[in-house]
Amino acid sequence: MPVMSYIQAVTQAMREEMQRDEKVFVLGEDVGKKGGVFKATDGLYDEFGEQRVIDTPLAESAIAGVGIGAAMYGMRPIAEMQFADFIMPAVNQIISEASRIRYRSNNDWSCPITIRAPYGGGVHGALYHSQSVEAVFANQPGLKIVMPSNPYDAKGLLKAAIRDEDPVLFFEHKRAYRLLKEEVPEDDYVIPIGKADVKREGDDITVITYGLCVNFALQAAEKLEEEGISTHILDLRTVYPLDQEAIIEAAKKTGKVLLVTEDNKEGSVMSEVSAIISENCLFDLDSPVQRLAGPDVPAMPYAHTMEKFFMVSPDKVEAAMRDLAEF
Amino acid sequence: MSVEKITMPQLGESVTEGTISSWLVGVGDQVNKYDPIAEVMTDKVNAEVPSSFTGKITELVANEGDTIEVGELICYIEVEGSSDTSSDAGSSNSDEQPKEETNEESKDQSMKKRYSPAVLKMAQEHDIDLNQVDGSGRGGRITRKDLEKLIQSDHVPSKSASKQEKSQTESFATPQQDVSKPADMPTTQAGDVEVPVSGVRKAIAQNMVKSTTEIPHAWMMVEVDVTELVNMRDELKDEFKRKEGFSLTYFAFFVKAVAQALKEFPELNSTWAGDKIIQKQDINLSIAVANDNQLFVPVIKNADEKSVKGIAKDIVDLATKARNGKLTNDDMQGGTFTVNNTGSFGSVQSMGVINHPQAAILQVESIVKRPVYMNGMFAARDMVNLCLSLDHRILDGLVCGNFLSRVKEILENMSKDNTSVY
Repeated sequence: MPVMSYIQAVTQAMREEMQRDEKVFVLGEDVGKKGGVFKATDGLYDEFGEQRVIDTPLAESAIAGVGIGAAMYGMRPIAEMQFADFIMPAVNQIISEASRIRYRSNNDWSCPITIRAPYGGGVHGALYHSQSVEAVFANQPGLKIVMPSNPYDAKGLLKAAIRDEDPVLFFEHKRAYRLLKEEVPEDDYVIPIGKADVKREGDDITVITYGLCVNFALQAAEKLEEEGISTHILDLRTVYPLDQEAIIEAAKKTGKVLLVTEDNKEGSVMSEVSAIISENCLFDLDSPVQRLAGPDVPAMPYAHTMEKFFMVSPDKVEAAMRDLAEF
Repeated sequence: MSVEKITMPQLGESVTEGTISSWLVGVGDQVNKYDPIAEVMTDKVNAEVPSSFTGKITELVANEGDTIEVGELICYIEVEGSSDTSSDAGSSNSDEQPKEETNEESKDQSMKKRYSPAVLKMAQEHDIDLNQVDGSGRGGRITRKDLEKLIQSDHVPSKSASKQEKSQTESFATPQQDVSKPADMPTTQAGDVEVPVSGVRKAIAQNMVKSTTEIPHAWMMVEVDVTELVNMRDELKDEFKRKEGFSLTYFAFFVKAVAQALKEFPELNSTWAGDKIIQKQDINLSIAVANDNQLFVPVIKNADEKSVKGIAKDIVDLATKARNGKLTNDDMQGGTFTVNNTGSFGSVQSMGVINHPQAAILQVESIVKRPVYMNGMFAARDMVNLCLSLDHRILDGLVCGNFLSRVKEILENMSKDNTSVY
């Protein structure tokens, strides 16, 4: 089994899907000849040609709109937003058109588009290159939002997103691109969307998180294990719609729950997770549900010190986990 | 400079409040950490409260005679520097430490009675009395995991059991309420002295009512000829005192004999537990020690493993501590049978009240010279009466008679030839 980085797993998933189904095509800014600013589409232009790997103008509304139209006509577009921060001009297309079309057409039409976008901070990118945008879309029925935490999941989930009959937003943490590496099978496997995954079994505290923060939590859990604190970690993988069953099960497991997101705290995906827990788990809870998140200020500061202040880090996760364990 | 609070410490697992009997410091006094600042009387022991900080006393919140709940504020102290010490004490104590000795850390029980929904649910489902559970969480909070462990361990302190016990004693013991609140309040007339019932006196009263109402007492007595023992002790006592620095009392020999006999009659070293009788492995003998108007029953641990000298030493130590009010909880716990030295104040016959939850109590009366008919003539012999009160639920006359006979036999055969005090 080859060792792949997170971004190589993303590329591999697109390559395999394009080989498997000629309706799959890629469009976005600099995705063609350049292979993408992060090299996510590296080699696809050479392999599949300019008809299936299309460079677009700097117009996100158009990238989404063209993709949505193609999808409604039976194609399987993978639209890339160069940075998740740039998705805002396309919000109307995504929310008003892509997510509503199945409902609005009484099931006559669907929109099987995948929109990929790198999100997240810790890369010294400041505003426009560091923000988390999932909460903007996380209350739009008809949409699915997938945020994988490791290379293996990235490949399996992206393939599932491409094959899904409805629009999927696929957010990749840009710091994870070359940070996380692991063995990824070369064969064709798919990880179902909408299913959370237990990344570690434990019985003192439960951490529920997604994206790069899963890695932070795993690091912290490893350290806390030495202190005798046993951590249960649930990776949401799909942040909309949420896997309520898995959330409830994980929360009930220990009764002490820490929710971690890199996004601004108020109104984040974790606020919804917290509500699900309080609706369903009252008599199993042994502590208030805790959230560790970015402060409620615009993300992300440029100064290194301030970026550190804003960002969730393994140390911050560890401190929050220990605090909860001692409660 | 910062002002810190000193609170009533936890003076024993089951102790929930203490009465300030006297302040050892005044406002403006400089004290060092661990210096005693007040004497506190609980229904178990008298103890000193150590200062948690080095600094100057700024205000005494509690007055002498006030009864303060554990964890409640008793005084303020001004501390130099930051309040690091207190936060250190809170956070660094993640390891489980023996509760008794870490006075400072264990006193934060502010979260002891804050129950999470999970804890309340589990307590209901498994009928757990949360008052009897120690919490491992912050501020002494009982965590869900504490209960999970407890349930797994199968030692669940049951609520209904203690309630049952309570209602049982209540139904038996309507006079118990009279202890604190007499129905017809006696009136005080001019010249009468009112002595408030508190602390140890209150505890004695409650224990006596509990013992006499719950335990069906029966009583028996044997007469023992201890002439040889008296001769031996007379011969040894001066040299013993010179060598060891404390007196060789008769009582030590009696305790030794009882410990030996109990080993052979475990029925008497037992306790009533409702649907079963628990025979104790250890032989820990409670001895009654009086001090003005207070009565203590400290314990000689593992008396069966000690020599007469060892027992004599324990008796001296415990009696000294009792007179000085220095007995600790540990000194008072674990007794399995009581030996009471009633002879020390001249009694020749008495009926002891059993020290609940033990099965029996033995009174050692005065040794008196009496003419005894033996070997065809009268002789002046040293005679002593041993009186035994027994819990008739556990014990019957036969086994107790055999036990007393055995104690008698051991004592009558104690002589210089076959008994060593070492």
